[in-house]
Amino acid sequence: MATQHSRSAARIMMAPAVILLLGWMLVPLIMTLMFSFKQYLPLRGGDLGWVGFDNYVRFVSSSAFWPSVVATLTIVGGVLLITVVFGILLAILLNQPMWGQGIVRILVIAPFFVMPTVSALVWKNMFMDPVNGLFAHLWKFFGAEPIAWLSEASMPSIVMIVSWQWLPFATLILLTAIQSLDSEQLEAAEMDGAPPIKRFAYITLPHLGRAITIVILIQTIFLLAVFAEIFVTTGGAFGTRTLTYLIFQRVLESQNVGLGSAGGVYAIILANIVAIFLMRIVGKNLDA
Amino acid sequence: MGQIKLNQVTKSFGEVQVIPPLDLTIEDGEFTVFVGPSGCGKSTLLRLIAGLEDITSGHIEIDGADATNVPPAKRGLAMVFQSYALYPHMSVRKNIAFPMKMAAVPEDEQNRRIEAAAKALNLTDYLDRKPGQLSGGQRQRVAIGRSIVREPSAFLFDEPLSNLDAALRVGMRLEISELHERLKTTMIYVTHDQVEAMTMADKIVVLRAGFIEQVGSPLELYHSPRNEFVAGFIGSPKMNLIKGPEAEKHGASTIGIRPEHTDVSMSEGMWEGRVGVAEHLGSDTFIHVHDTGLGDMITVRITGDIQVKHGDAIYLTPQLDKLHKFDAQGLRME
Repeated sequence: MATQHSRSAARIMMAPAVILLLGWMLVPLIMTLMFSFKQYLPLRGGDLGWVGFDNYVRFVSSSAFWPSVVATLTIVGGVLLITVVFGILLAILLNQPMWGQGIVRILVIAPFFVMPTVSALVWKNMFMDPVNGLFAHLWKFFGAEPIAWLSEASMPSIVMIVSWQWLPFATLILLTAIQSLDSEQLEAAEMDGAPPIKRFAYITLPHLGRAITIVILIQTIFLLAVFAEIFVTTGGAFGTRTLTYLIFQRVLESQNVGLGSAGGVYAIILANIVAIFLMRIVGKNLDA
Repeated sequence: MGQIKLNQVTKSFGEVQVIPPLDLTIEDGEFTVFVGPSGCGKSTLLRLIAGLEDITSGHIEIDGADATNVPPAKRGLAMVFQSYALYPHMSVRKNIAFPMKMAAVPEDEQNRRIEAAAKALNLTDYLDRKPGQLSGGQRQRVAIGRSIVREPSAFLFDEPLSNLDAALRVGMRLEISELHERLKTTMIYVTHDQVEAMTMADKIVVLRAGFIEQVGSPLELYHSPRNEFVAGFIGSPKMNLIKGPEAEKHGASTIGIRPEHTDVSMSEGMWEGRVGVAEHLGSDTFIHVHDTGLGDMITVRITGDIQVKHGDAIYLTPQLDKLHKFDAQGLRME
């Protein structure tokens, strides 16, 4: 019953929520934009007035800028690749009928419930420690020289930690998608002479297309902002300084709010570039 | 090309035996229908023949060669599923081409067979559409097209018409029958609808709880059902089965009389009863007669129409030469 009256009533009733959300988004955005045009050094004189585009120029001309963009994209790309590939394999595996299925599924999902800071610390101290870590013991058991993971292979280590956290999410979404696949389609393909690998390639994988798209889009949003894992492991050293981490350093370590805010605006632009590319590549899967 | 022989085939799911030892031969070129109530094992039997389920014991022979452990793709059978099982992301053309692509048939031969199948099934205008853009009947035809192009030695149909509306079902029934006339290939068709079984089959296999109750041509089953179950299952409306003193008069434990073999009069007859519901179909009238003293309600069928009201007295006389007699075990007495 969408009468004129009920429509305007609906608008009035939705207004508080919409205004609150808008405020929540607009206030920080506008403040970031404002600070980015100011020389603002909280411990060295405070607000030193408008400086135009100086902060923007300084942020990109810094030698740390492009490496940080590359590091961000490497982490996003690496984690997406690992979680999607292994997510599909795990989902297929978990979809097989087996004893203790319920418990196995909960165990697989468990890493997602561990806080990023905690899981990164566990990885750092229990697995990757070059002296006492499990990996070090494993390497020594086979007579190999233990690897100092976080300094020698810092980027793969971070990608591994973050992938471990996000794999359950990918697995969960892909598992539900696999479960919705009509088994008669697989049987029809079997009758049509398709061996298991081809059944996967021609039937299962296309069926998973939409779920994979969702996994990629959602993970990208969160992976662009990965922070805790880097903070507690390498502290941005050894080439693991992402754009987010660079902004953190500019604002809190250098106490330069203006410069950091300009970085924040670049981060928004980068996220949008990535989003546009993603929607071009995988977005068509979302059309019904 | 296309003789299928089941030899002492059984199937158990865990402890439950759904198919007890079963022998059956389906001759080359025959249109065989498996019919029975839900859960009688007819679909399971079809899937055993297809190879989608492993048989627990026994042997399956296709064209004289043992196919018991042959994988489904190598049996040379094509199956049409109840849900059609079309590949939703492929166009109709690609759906039909899929089995040939898997069998590495040359491209131009593929196209020739697709065109031929599309022409035969009226799909030429839809070849570039996705299954989601087709109606139920068209999807069904695509599924049939996909099975035809493989040139299989036998077709297996698993309740293919149960998702269609009544009018389409009649149409598709004809199309499948015509397809069989044209291809002369063995077809096995599973249905719970005895009208489909009667109209399409060369041979009907009536199943109950995995047991074969009777095998025969549609008219054989209609005229001389081997037992009470087949008598009650084949024919619409159902045969009236009467037990008790009335049956004993005819020297049987149960007597059966089909609704169309009962004469009706408003003044005199063998049995007296009261009219319940009268279903007027125009060409026929089905009258449900209550209070005859024969136990259950009796259904009678009258050609044309008759003016009766609820509660009217009505007299029935069975045509004694069309009476079926069954003994205490439910088996037919001659």
